[in-house]
Amino acid sequence: MQFNGLRLLWEGLTGHKGWGPLWRDPDPKPEYDILVVGGGGHGLATAYYLASIFGQARVAVLEKGWLGSGNIGRNTTIIRSNYLLPGNEPFYEFSMKLWEGLEQEFNFNAMVSQRGILNLCHSDGQRDAFRRRGNAMLLAGADAELLDRDGVRAMYPYLNFANARFPIKGGLLQRRAGTARHDGVAWGYARGADRKGVDIIQNCEVTGFRIDGGAVRGVETTRGYIGAKKVGVAVAGSTGRVMAHAGMRLPIESHVLQAFVSEGLKPIIDGVITFGAGHFYVSQSDKGGLVFGGDIDGYNSYAQRGNLPAVEDVAECGMAILPALGRARLLRSWGGTTDMSMDGSPIIDATPVQGLYLNAGWCYGGFKATPASGYAFAHLLATGRPHDTATAFRLDRFARGCPIDENGAGAQPNLH
Amino acid sequence: MTRIPGGLVDRSRTLSFTFDGTRYEGHPGDTLASALMANGVRLVGRSFKYHRPRGIFSAGSEEPNALVTLRSGARAEPNTRATCVELYDGLAATSQNRWPCLDFDALAVNDIASPFLAAGFYYKTFMWPKPFWEKLYEPLIRRAAGLGALGRDPDPDAYDKGFLHCDLLVIGGGAAGLAAALTAGRAGASVILADEDFRLGGRLLMESHLLDDGPAAAWVAAAEADLDTMPNVRILRRTTVFGSYDHGIFGAIERVGDHLPRPETVRQTLWRITARHSILAAGATERHIPFADNDRPGILLGGALRAYVNRWGVTPQARDSDRVAIFTDNDDGHRTAADLVARGVPVLAVIDPRRDARRFGEYQLFSGATVTGSTGRRSLTSIEITRDGRSDVLECAVLGVSGGWNPNVHLASHHRGRPQWSQAHQAFLPPADLPPGMAVAGAAAGHGSPHAALRSGAQTAARLLDCSAALLPHAEDAPLCQLPLWHVPGRGRAWVDFQSDVTVKDIALAHRENMRSVEHLKRWTTLGMATDQGKTANVTALGVMAELTGASVAQTGTTVFRPPYTPVALAALGGGDSGMTFRPTRLTPTHGFAVAHGARLVEAGQWMRAQMFPRAGETHWRDTVDREVMAVRAGVGLCDVTTLGKIDVQGADAGAFLDRIYCNAMASLRVGKVRYGLMLREDGFAYDDGTCARLADTHYVVTTTTANAGLVYSRMEFARQCLWPDLDVQLISTTDAWAQIAVAGPKSRALLERVVDGFDMSNAAVPFMSCAALTVCGGVRARLFRISFSGELAYEIAVPARYGNALMARLADLGQDLGVTPYGTEALSVLRIEKGHAAAAELNGQTTAQMVGMGRMVSTRKDSIGAVMSRRKGLVSDTRRLVGLRAIDPAARIPAGAHLFAQGAARVTATDQGWVTSACWSPHLKTPIALGFLADGAERMGETIVAANPLEGDEVTLTVTSPHFIDPEGDRLRG
Amino acid sequence: MLIPHPLLGPRDAQEFTYLGDAALLNRPEGGDEAAFHAYTHLRDNPAGPHRELWYHEQGDRSWLVVTRDTATHEIVAAELAMDVKGAAR
Repeated sequence: MQFNGLRLLWEGLTGHKGWGPLWRDPDPKPEYDILVVGGGGHGLATAYYLASIFGQARVAVLEKGWLGSGNIGRNTTIIRSNYLLPGNEPFYEFSMKLWEGLEQEFNFNAMVSQRGILNLCHSDGQRDAFRRRGNAMLLAGADAELLDRDGVRAMYPYLNFANARFPIKGGLLQRRAGTARHDGVAWGYARGADRKGVDIIQNCEVTGFRIDGGAVRGVETTRGYIGAKKVGVAVAGSTGRVMAHAGMRLPIESHVLQAFVSEGLKPIIDGVITFGAGHFYVSQSDKGGLVFGGDIDGYNSYAQRGNLPAVEDVAECGMAILPALGRARLLRSWGGTTDMSMDGSPIIDATPVQGLYLNAGWCYGGFKATPASGYAFAHLLATGRPHDTATAFRLDRFARGCPIDENGAGAQPNLH
Repeated sequence: MTRIPGGLVDRSRTLSFTFDGTRYEGHPGDTLASALMANGVRLVGRSFKYHRPRGIFSAGSEEPNALVTLRSGARAEPNTRATCVELYDGLAATSQNRWPCLDFDALAVNDIASPFLAAGFYYKTFMWPKPFWEKLYEPLIRRAAGLGALGRDPDPDAYDKGFLHCDLLVIGGGAAGLAAALTAGRAGASVILADEDFRLGGRLLMESHLLDDGPAAAWVAAAEADLDTMPNVRILRRTTVFGSYDHGIFGAIERVGDHLPRPETVRQTLWRITARHSILAAGATERHIPFADNDRPGILLGGALRAYVNRWGVTPQARDSDRVAIFTDNDDGHRTAADLVARGVPVLAVIDPRRDARRFGEYQLFSGATVTGSTGRRSLTSIEITRDGRSDVLECAVLGVSGGWNPNVHLASHHRGRPQWSQAHQAFLPPADLPPGMAVAGAAAGHGSPHAALRSGAQTAARLLDCSAALLPHAEDAPLCQLPLWHVPGRGRAWVDFQSDVTVKDIALAHRENMRSVEHLKRWTTLGMATDQGKTANVTALGVMAELTGASVAQTGTTVFRPPYTPVALAALGGGDSGMTFRPTRLTPTHGFAVAHGARLVEAGQWMRAQMFPRAGETHWRDTVDREVMAVRAGVGLCDVTTLGKIDVQGADAGAFLDRIYCNAMASLRVGKVRYGLMLREDGFAYDDGTCARLADTHYVVTTTTANAGLVYSRMEFARQCLWPDLDVQLISTTDAWAQIAVAGPKSRALLERVVDGFDMSNAAVPFMSCAALTVCGGVRARLFRISFSGELAYEIAVPARYGNALMARLADLGQDLGVTPYGTEALSVLRIEKGHAAAAELNGQTTAQMVGMGRMVSTRKDSIGAVMSRRKGLVSDTRRLVGLRAIDPAARIPAGAHLFAQGAARVTATDQGWVTSACWSPHLKTPIALGFLADGAERMGETIVAANPLEGDEVTLTVTSPHFIDPEGDRLRG
Repeated sequence: MLIPHPLLGPRDAQEFTYLGDAALLNRPEGGDEAAFHAYTHLRDNPAGPHRELWYHEQGDRSWLVVTRDTATHEIVAAELAMDVKGAAR
């Protein structure tokens, strides 16, 4: 069923009786060509592109809970391609271009909204680093602008210009960045994949891999064994747990990242703002809630909940940069488990097990990558070769000495 | 006026307040909601989506409708629940989410369009034409959405944060909480009793129960007085425990000044409470019963209606003659009717779907009947009741709706334990896997009657603390039997979530579209996402969904609860650490000197350092910096370098230890000598640099960069404690203990000779890269290091921090004839770029020793941190090298952060050959110079390349040179 | 969180900084790149009991090995890293 305004009008007049399920709830078949483990954003996008771009007909997505229940269901919805390193920037810019046509392509309004991201800087050194990054973005075909203090003030006059411990010196602006409705992205891909014949199987947890002669043959699940020629794992947050079934130790730690939303408020923040002298970023959803977050709690955790010090730090940083925030109220907080990799960058690669592929290590930044990650993983699963923009995301880059370390923090995940 | 006698308000005093500019009066003890009610104000707000007229629905923090903006200007506080605002004199509130005014709201047109605005409608449209989303549709949606408006001025109030510890935290000061606190308090335990209300008692204040044959409020007052005498009990009124965190830590907000016209001290305090045990005694929240048009002002929760009558002596009638009806599916609604009748409020009818329902008093009972509709434009005028297919209209202005009670299990579920459905209670009870140390008592645990609540509170505390339960008053013990009617079937819109405008139809649509799992339902319909967090909606919605799917409520499941329990002001969570106190400020020992000499200061991490010392007549910052640089090159300059990290390393194995910390050798350093040292990370990349001085056989002093001082120290402690505990070595950070001043320039020796106490400063006695302990200025202990960051003859002299300012002043004074010049971080940076020293921009964590030209420093004859991994192929094969870059046109600007290209190459990622790390105008060379990393840089000396800066639209042509722009042979610094 | 410091008793976790898996105590000897790669980069990352390194930075500056469940955050043990290292020999 095609979604459009006319259809909505008709259904509105006739009591919404004509809408059907957004996706089926099929039982698993005994075997598929490709199994995608993980019904989050990346897994659903992978299945969508496998079916729509790479002509794969026998594909299933296996999801432990409800589709979209991973980090696609709990994040701060920011999309951007403001990376520095050549291993990253072309990939994220590819993702941005996919975002730009996404809704028309999968016929679902995911509210992709390019209202810009502004990274604030507070020292000359930071501004030089932003210049390097902004230039890297332009060289990769993305957009970037360097603002001085007055330029920042013109955009957001109510930032802390009067009484700041770390005065605002300027900012790096990417106008094409913005936000998207995170659940809508999951649902758009799920509905799109379902319409192209992909079986999305919810409440189906993978409990093991059947590996024979160094090659994967299928997976054991809570709904029985399912055979497959290839298996792609896209379970960021649970990567360590799932890949342990295949006996793999990975350059990944699981950490908790908290995020926050305020009560609904009339529009005050148009785009995304990030603080440069502490960990804080904020945007405002179309519903009016301020969506914000900061640093990870900093310790290994699968508990999907964090602690007060991180909450307080985020609030302090928010108040430091946006003193008017004080009288807004925190409405909800949540904690997501993130795959923190050893260099802060992701992995999209084959594994030592033939037919078993891995999409992981997205740290706290997987949402923006959803389209490109799905596309590149589908490319890898379908052709066996990495996508042009994802050639650096190799699993062996750590052994080789080719990390993609945007922050220069080294092999300590809680510093990325 | 609809005041009735009785209640816990002080009628001897009158408070004046305004709502939407109209002046009203209330009394101490009122909430804004009860005071509005007393003045006959029925329409108080508009719903989020359809802008439906809404009135007061509850008497507590679960309120979905009565949201106002409290105060104005920078103190404006949007989305404030009128039911939780304690009335104060001069209170000013305004309605919100309406235009132009509350009575006539233009966006009420949304209500007419509501057939097209069903759950999830926006996912299905607004996609064509594509540019219209951001240009038209979204701006319209954003403008219409939101509730109250946030001011743009800084919050002027003060906030605080504090830490509390106790044996037992009791959350909720109702029957169960008081009984628990009395039990624990009498047993001598340290107790904190926190309640969100301004008055202890919880539901006891709102009921007509007798405790020991007296009014409940009298028992509460006695219990409170009793607790007040116990030094081991701390009562936190107006305090919401909003989150349960790990290891018995709770977050709580005390509203210290919100009930005052202006806070006298702080507005709110964030408490971090660490409790050995906790008792959740948060009571229960009443459910409503969705029926067609159930959202009109005048329709409210039955228990709230009873609370307004009993505690505040007020009813939601507009006039005394207005009639009241009750719709209930359980006995609690009959209790409301009985209380109303007893207080002289006319009860027209009680409508109860149970055929065997019985009356509690003198009122008309319609058993086996339901309410199936209502009328009234801006407030209720009549209801439709249906019995056995026959409908009648009853004129009434108030309808109390009672659908049973949901235990407030929120905090019990903050550790992701799932609430359990109890068939017996027909409600969710606390999870089995409670946060460690927590127990649940009273209505929150399903013990709703006063007797059961009191007993469960006392017994729970007695069990946790292993003591005897407090003696309790006699109280009624009639357990409530709930058989929920999840909604009244019908064709109209029946609201489930009032604020978000989620109706039974929306849930049915979600069901039809396969958005059936609880999380999908929530997200598709926005159920429970409003400021009330679905406190009156979520369980009812589950009940409706369970009916649709044919599953039980237990099978349908529940969502987990997350902090905060009720919304919390961000300023309070920040605890006041904003503005200039956002982070600590560290001042250098010579700060007084710098300020006295007109220094411009700059943030360097937490430090404030002198950036430059402008003089009269200097119109541009570069005038100052150029002067300071040339003074160092020609005479002598002074710069405070205390901020560099200093670590004392002592012990028999200090040398061996440092050999493992630095990639180059340190054990071989002779006493009295200094060596430059480079540290790697274990992954082989360059980490930090500094100097290492050997003061004695078993005593080294090492320096780190300012930025990494703390990190390097912790890493060295890691190496000492975790890697090589066998080594005899001890570490201590002395960054703050020693003031260190760089004395740089050809006349530095002459100047220092004037302060040392007879110490031989000759080149032979103190050669380049040597160090010594000595005294200065007549006996002040000092350390002298002959090291140079500028490339000139230079020293750093350290004295105990308290002498730093005096030494600086003495040097400046004694060197006047030598042209001594204090210089700041800008000149420091220019001097080091001219000399080609790597700093933060070059050692940025992404570069290697080889890249900065120190590849050969990494010793292969010993193991050190990072040595092995630095030999990985990826690092070794990287051909980028640190080079000097000199602008061909002296008038050009080299922007740091520009990318380097071969002449004529395309300006794209694929042909990118490096970047400019640091750049400056060189007053010495009279041309712009820079440092940068360039592919194959070592082989490209003399080549002409381009630095492209498309970000600012400029490019500059450069010559590649050695990074050592000045004195590459090092004659100056050895002189 | 509260960390039961073996010398100082329960301390707020905010006084500490976190490094990661206590396997970092076992730095390889010799120059084997593969061993160092595993040491530096690869982790068990269990969902359950996890021995991990915390540094009492705003306290006595000792490094602790804390055994904490990553699924529940429950802490069952905390030892001085120097003692752990000593016992291992």
